[in-house]
Amino acid sequence: MNPLMPRRQALLQLCACALAPWAAQARAQDLPGDSIYQLRVSLTDQHGQLLELAATRGHVVLVSMFYSSCEQVCPMLFETIRLTLKALPIAERERVKVTMISFDPARDTVAVLLATAQAHHCDPQWTLARTDEPNVRKIAAVLGVQYRRLPNGEFNHSTTIQLLDTEGRIAARSSTLGAVDPALVKAVRKVLARRG
Amino acid sequence: MPDTILRKVAAALALLCGCVMAAAADYLPLPGGKFESVLPQGPSPSVSVAVDIAPFDMRATPVTAGEFLAFVRTHPEWRRGRAPAVFVDGRYLIDWRSPLQLATPDATDRPVTNVSWFAAKAFCEGEGARLPTWLEWEFAAAADATRLDARADPAWRRRILSWYERPASTALPRVGGAANAYGLRDLHGVVWEWVDDFNALFIAGDSRTQGDPDTQKFCGAGAISVIDRDSYAVLMRIALLSSLSGADTTGSLGFRCARQSNGDRP
Repeated sequence: MNPLMPRRQALLQLCACALAPWAAQARAQDLPGDSIYQLRVSLTDQHGQLLELAATRGHVVLVSMFYSSCEQVCPMLFETIRLTLKALPIAERERVKVTMISFDPARDTVAVLLATAQAHHCDPQWTLARTDEPNVRKIAAVLGVQYRRLPNGEFNHSTTIQLLDTEGRIAARSSTLGAVDPALVKAVRKVLARRG
Repeated sequence: MPDTILRKVAAALALLCGCVMAAAADYLPLPGGKFESVLPQGPSPSVSVAVDIAPFDMRATPVTAGEFLAFVRTHPEWRRGRAPAVFVDGRYLIDWRSPLQLATPDATDRPVTNVSWFAAKAFCEGEGARLPTWLEWEFAAAADATRLDARADPAWRRRILSWYERPASTALPRVGGAANAYGLRDLHGVVWEWVDDFNALFIAGDSRTQGDPDTQKFCGAGAISVIDRDSYAVLMRIALLSSLSGADTTGSLGFRCARQSNGDRP
């Protein structure tokens, strides 16, 4: 028996392991420069699953930011996104993902995110996610969202819905709340059609 | 006299520490404490509430072009031409002769400008620090040469304002202007500076007006208004920062880093 064989196999395995992150990086380099997925950020969803911000690459995504204890605008935000999805033909609706990122990692635990998802009857195409505070600031910055935490634990924040194309580029934004924004619906359909 | 000897030893030690620190960046300790910002910090946008600022360390001077060059040498992903458009606009480091060459050889000691928030943040993270928050910056910049909070002094306000009258076309001065009471330099009169929470500084026209048009756009108590309308110099900074997005760069906007107070660490 060739005594080198196991060693060679071990080496090959080592190479494969070493190549894996390299391959991931090469893929990331293919990303367009204006993709928000350039931001390497880990999120935790309402089921406690870890995922990358870029996990929705390849999908058309509506993304917005919220916090669960918000009583004024945030429920309207969920409703607006639901109405937007409803305005799409069923076949198209199913191909859109929704990512909601919390401003409030201190209070929006996985359990709170799940309760919020249930309260708003979010189906599996919705991801409610949290990450740590420095990453929240970075995500807000790539999305162009402004927010500040008030001493009483509430947040002031701008409320917009961003449409991401399959490469994570912002294809449209809408600040309409409580009603369907026809321009946003049109933009979603356009991006879906581009995907082919 | 033992007192004099003690003082001499302390001075020698300070000198020694200064030399050691100079190799890395020069961070100075700030005590923090109760601070009244020109931006309302309480739930009501028209009532000033003093807030507690935790002790922190801050770079004595803005980050220089030379320091930023050293950073992009070791962080190629942040070189001009390589940094992705989502993090830097088309004017990133535009004044440099090439991605690894400053505008002029004597730019080394001048503040780096044409850097985005993302790039500034990456630089600070690279030395185990972060950008200061707006409150930390405002706290640090409230001091003049002798007083920790000189903001109520009209003469001090006039002096700051006069610094801003330097025409933008003239070359940036070298860092290392006069120190304030904390030993920090160049907080006023040289460059604007990024803060970590620049995207928290949105301002309503006047939130005391009835039927606030921003209740829809802004969740919660509405956008912030400004309490002390006489602090023009500080208000100009807030107005500038609130108008920016994270990838924006300008020829007069630089940064300095801060970090949690190293407290009892040596």
